[in-house]
Amino acid sequence: MIWNEEFETLPREALEALQLRRLQNLVERVYATVPFYKEAFDKKGVKPEDIKSLKDLRKLPFTYKQDMRDNYPYGLFAVPKEQVVRIHASSGTTGKPTVVGYTRRDIGTWAELMARTFTAAGVKKGDVLQNAYGYGLFTGGLGAHYGAELIGASVIPISGGNSAKQVMILKDFGTTAISCTPSYALNLYEVALEEGVNLKDLPVRVGVFGAEPWTNAMRKEIEEKWGIDAIDIYGLSEVMGPGVSFECVEAKNGMHINEDHFIAEIIDPETEEPLEYGQVGELVFTTITKEAIPLIRYRTRDITRLIKEPCKCGRTFVRMEKVTGRSDDMLIIRGVNVFPSQIESILVERKGVQPHYQLVVDRVGNLDTLEVQVEVGEELFSDEIKVLQSIEKGIEKDIKDIIGVSAKVKLVEPKTIQRSEGKAKRVIDKRVMK
Amino acid sequence: MKILQISVFIENQSGRLYEVTDLLGRNGINIRALSLADTSDFGILRLIVNDPERAHSLLRENGFTVGRTEVIAVEVPDKPGGLASVLKVLDENKINVEYMYAFVEMSGDCAVMIFRFDETDKALKVLSDNGINTIEGKKIYGM
Repeated sequence: MIWNEEFETLPREALEALQLRRLQNLVERVYATVPFYKEAFDKKGVKPEDIKSLKDLRKLPFTYKQDMRDNYPYGLFAVPKEQVVRIHASSGTTGKPTVVGYTRRDIGTWAELMARTFTAAGVKKGDVLQNAYGYGLFTGGLGAHYGAELIGASVIPISGGNSAKQVMILKDFGTTAISCTPSYALNLYEVALEEGVNLKDLPVRVGVFGAEPWTNAMRKEIEEKWGIDAIDIYGLSEVMGPGVSFECVEAKNGMHINEDHFIAEIIDPETEEPLEYGQVGELVFTTITKEAIPLIRYRTRDITRLIKEPCKCGRTFVRMEKVTGRSDDMLIIRGVNVFPSQIESILVERKGVQPHYQLVVDRVGNLDTLEVQVEVGEELFSDEIKVLQSIEKGIEKDIKDIIGVSAKVKLVEPKTIQRSEGKAKRVIDKRVMK
Repeated sequence: MKILQISVFIENQSGRLYEVTDLLGRNGINIRALSLADTSDFGILRLIVNDPERAHSLLRENGFTVGRTEVIAVEVPDKPGGLASVLKVLDENKINVEYMYAFVEMSGDCAVMIFRFDETDKALKVLSDNGINTIEGKKIYGM
């Protein structure tokens, strides 16, 4: 099912012509209205009229999260404040939050993008959507909410948290679709078990999961435990919120980027040079239709690659693979680049291992150490020491073989690793505190 | 006769062992025999109790990782060479002992040892064929 056949299946040539026209408009607009961009363009010696083809995009300067902080709160807005009908902000875990605004048209665009997202996941009019993304400054809740309403689904705006109540509503309201973070979906499964509810017995059919990176093995686990299709979506508040890209239920293989609204590039995060399709690097977005706070070449820090091959669902947009890490939360352990998600893939592919894990990085003398704490569930447990030790050794070997770093695996009691109702915190880097 | 042993995963942290035994104690569960196997990070507490099913669900409800294993309680003659005589029979029949630990109470003139084998049924047959007594669960839980 496709929500907007005209745009989602636009032939490549027409799509690129549309992108160029919108890009040229955007560049003129930000040059005229946002002093930050005028200055940045001038510094690079580029004028709006220099953008003659999509290739000229690389002449433009990057925008960093820090730029949004430096211009906190409204410095990057491209429209007068009275045209802004909504203000959101990122969580601001590492400093001032990044503030974003939406005009009425931006809100409409966003709803359209989320309508595409839900439709691709198989959610339609008549579905009961339990929306467990957080409402508030975080874009997840309201972004999903407006999109689901647009397609005519019945939305339950329960927001995140309050897990026992979530389970009650899942059971009593005839929920057929759920949206939340994937780790929260697993958390809800545990709570449901405690409440004596088997999620598989409920009419829930599909889950729309995003806001944190997750693996295909984790998808399989959610699908088995819930008895649903688990669909991956992607977005970030700076660019729009959820709805920047989405998987289709037909292929479940890479997320279609809404290219009529965002131009995606992959760059080498070190050299900042653009990379070819298929190469792994940092994802960069230029928003070409956003009015309130358009961004030029925004550095997402997310590591992925773009897939150009057409998808069997018929959409012509390029797809992005699941984000495999962040160029800024990449850990460097004894010189080796380690993404927490790599460790997660190793863990979840091992039968019986819980997806609850934590990485503790430390420095002993001059040597970095990595401890991987893994919760022991009943499937994994044995009354024999040697069995448990061989599990530890097996995971250690996989980490060494696949990532190339020596780690110590430590089995810990269940529920000792902190549960999260939003994004899971996977890393404790004690080196930062020293 | 097979009997049911409860095993509990515990991290090597002060107070954890106390919490398990206190939980059982407060709920009227009596520990008949136990062994603790440990590594530097974690331990496995193995228990024979008077009500294994209830102990199992109680520990589970309180967030512990718990397992159930079938073990065998064997009567061992209480005299020099008594244990060796039992182990000799097992060895001659190529039965491997995973682990074993002692029971506090006596059964008549015999000491009682808890054995965990890889092949529990085969071990039972060998013991019985060689006239070595095993004790049934009902009796063990109430000893």
